Amino acid sequence: MADNIDRSGTPLVEMRDICVSFGGIHAVDHVSVDLYPGEVVGLLGHNGAGKSTLIKVLSGAYQADSGDIYVDGERATIANPRDARKYNIETIYQTLALADNLDASSNLFLGREITTPLGFVNDAAMEAETRKIMGRLNPNFRKFADPVSALSGGQRQSVAIARAVYFNARILIMDEPTAALGPQETKMVAELIQELRKDGIGIFLISHDIHDVMDLCDRVSVMKNGELVGTELVGDVTDDDILGMIILGKKPARAA
Amino acid sequence: MTDTSSSPSPSAGGTGSDARPGATPTKRGLFSQLELDARLLGMVGAFVLVCIAFNVVTGGQFLTPRNIFNLTIQTVSVAIMATGMVFVIVTRHIDLSVGSLLATCSAVMAMTQTLVTPEWLGLGLNHPLTAPITIVVGIAAGLLIGAFHGWLVGYLSIPAFIVTLGGLLVWRNVAWYLTNGQTIGPLDSTFLKLGGIGGTLGETWSWIVGIIAVLATLFALWQARRAKIAHDFPVKPVWAEVLMGVVFTGMILAFVAILNAYQVPSRRLERAFEAQGLTMPEGYTAGYGMPISVLVLIAVAVVMTLIARRTRLGRYIFATGGNPDAAELSGINTRLLTVKVFAIMGVLCALAGMVASARLSFHSNDIGTLDELRVIAAAVIGGTALSGGIGTIYGAILGALIMQSLQSGMAMVGVDAPLQNIVVGAVLVFAVLIDIIYRKRLGAK
Ligand SMILES: Nc1ncnc2c1ncn2[C@@H]1O[C@H](COP(=O)(O)OP(=O)(O)O)[C@@H](O)[C@H]1O
Ligand SMILES: [Mg+2]
Repeated sequence: MADNIDRSGTPLVEMRDICVSFGGIHAVDHVSVDLYPGEVVGLLGHNGAGKSTLIKVLSGAYQADSGDIYVDGERATIANPRDARKYNIETIYQTLALADNLDASSNLFLGREITTPLGFVNDAAMEAETRKIMGRLNPNFRKFADPVSALSGGQRQSVAIARAVYFNARILIMDEPTAALGPQETKMVAELIQELRKDGIGIFLISHDIHDVMDLCDRVSVMKNGELVGTELVGDVTDDDILGMIILGKKPARAA
Repeated sequence: MTDTSSSPSPSAGGTGSDARPGATPTKRGLFSQLELDARLLGMVGAFVLVCIAFNVVTGGQFLTPRNIFNLTIQTVSVAIMATGMVFVIVTRHIDLSVGSLLATCSAVMAMTQTLVTPEWLGLGLNHPLTAPITIVVGIAAGLLIGAFHGWLVGYLSIPAFIVTLGGLLVWRNVAWYLTNGQTIGPLDSTFLKLGGIGGTLGETWSWIVGIIAVLATLFALWQARRAKIAHDFPVKPVWAEVLMGVVFTGMILAFVAILNAYQVPSRRLERAFEAQGLTMPEGYTAGYGMPISVLVLIAVAVVMTLIARRTRLGRYIFATGGNPDAAELSGINTRLLTVKVFAIMGVLCALAGMVASARLSFHSNDIGTLDELRVIAAAVIGGTALSGGIGTIYGAILGALIMQSLQSGMAMVGVDAPLQNIVVGAVLVFAVLIDIIYRKRLGAK
């Protein structure tokens, strides 16, 4: 990945010294990560390393016990998902977070419905918008009338992706976005990520697939047992270095 | 409300006007062209069967205007509450307290109109302001109690089952204390008109209401079609649209005609003329027409359907029922939503209490007893899924109507009261079984 990201300015988003614990478990333990415009930062680590918990602090689903978040260099208060959306932080959750009983457009606009002048939800307008964005993301998608429970894993994932992309995200969090996808659809997500970064969007890409990350990301941050092992430029490290970080929790030895 | 899907989105659950990739194009059946769902047809079919069966067994007594009129006014109170129970169950909760809450609201209204307005406010008996004041007070009581339940459930995270099980005992007996355990009556004369046979529109106004209903229905059909065309969505063939319009129009007008056909007994008419110092002309007849309580139910049904399908509140109710986590992650305040849902339930209990006590013409201690079971049964028979996320307002009303038809029909046939309850209980379990099988089939397809 050619690294032409300018990291001299203020980062788009910076999470400093974040701690989250559940009962006695330190799910996230003094972790700091940052993200620049147009950059893709991979978050790697085993299951249970704390990746999802860390980004859920950014998306407002969890509250950090301590630590600060800065957006465009200014301290941001993100108490709930609504706040996160105000900062144009959009999230594709690992669980997709879709209401199975509703159709694609109801899910896409959930919490941000288009309404008529009388304040009623404008389903026709929302469906029209949904058709537009799905036409771009997944041209084969036809099931606009069905509840999303009737969709395949890949189709559901594309609805979740559409929801994150539709509302002009500046900061996009993708928690294992390709988990349910076949090779064809995974390629489409990869292309989408390239397209979005060109627009200056910053992306946190969570994955436990090293190859995904090495192909798509500019930097990787590796977590283990809730702690940050380290953050590296993808161009500076090998797959084995990253594997070592994930498994042993050891930073790669610098060659000169 | 033109679509018949079980989910609030206008398009969700529709029988697929989009070509599905990979599916071979087959000639579509009549029902799918009409975009009617099988569940609704099944319920209507069951209802028609019940009616016809009882009509045969009773030798034509069941489907007389008189009995249909009575059936209608007996259904109203449970049907009103059942619409609220849909929201409660859709959000994965339950409300066991509705019968008791109805009693408390009824007691509050009874005391307001027999003690507070005539004596404390000095308005005397049958003052024109009595009924409006009473209703506002009753609704406020229902709203507050319901919101309190919702707060306990939503903010303190006590399971709704427990909160409302407690409420079942608490509010039944709060009602007792409010009235010192006494039957309260007679109630205000205007208030009584809201209950049933004492307050009907008469033939002319019933026709006017019927025609307005027809126009509103046709307008809704047309509006829905126009919205689809405006966005280039596929629409039903015109003949299907026209057929739906004709069927709805026919049903509404037939209903009005039946209610109008129920004649006021001539002795009663004579007394009415005498009360005004007139004598009744020879051969004069009048039909009862539409009961005002039915108008209340229609208004409730329209408002609740609008909430379910056309408002954010309704969208959030269904989303929360479908996936509470997803709703929360979408920024929906699910705790406050719970308060709202139970508050709506409380208001509907107050309206049901108003109709029920006005129909009886007094408040009694046991008013609304066991209604929680009837209301839950109506919602569930009407297709509300206890697992949450699925349910319709019209389904719950139809469910209430089916339950009441069964009960009244059996009473007419002379089935013992204990056996009636056994049958109703069995029907509830059976209906849910059918529903589970139906859903499995759909899922497997
Ligand atoms: N809501 C929660 N309650 C309790 N423990 C949690 C919760 N969410 C995550 N955890 C715990 O926090 C740790 C990190 O989990 P998670 O962030 O999901 O890891 P990852 O996404 O890296 O697989 C795990 O030990 C997990 O069990
Ligand atoms: Mg995870």
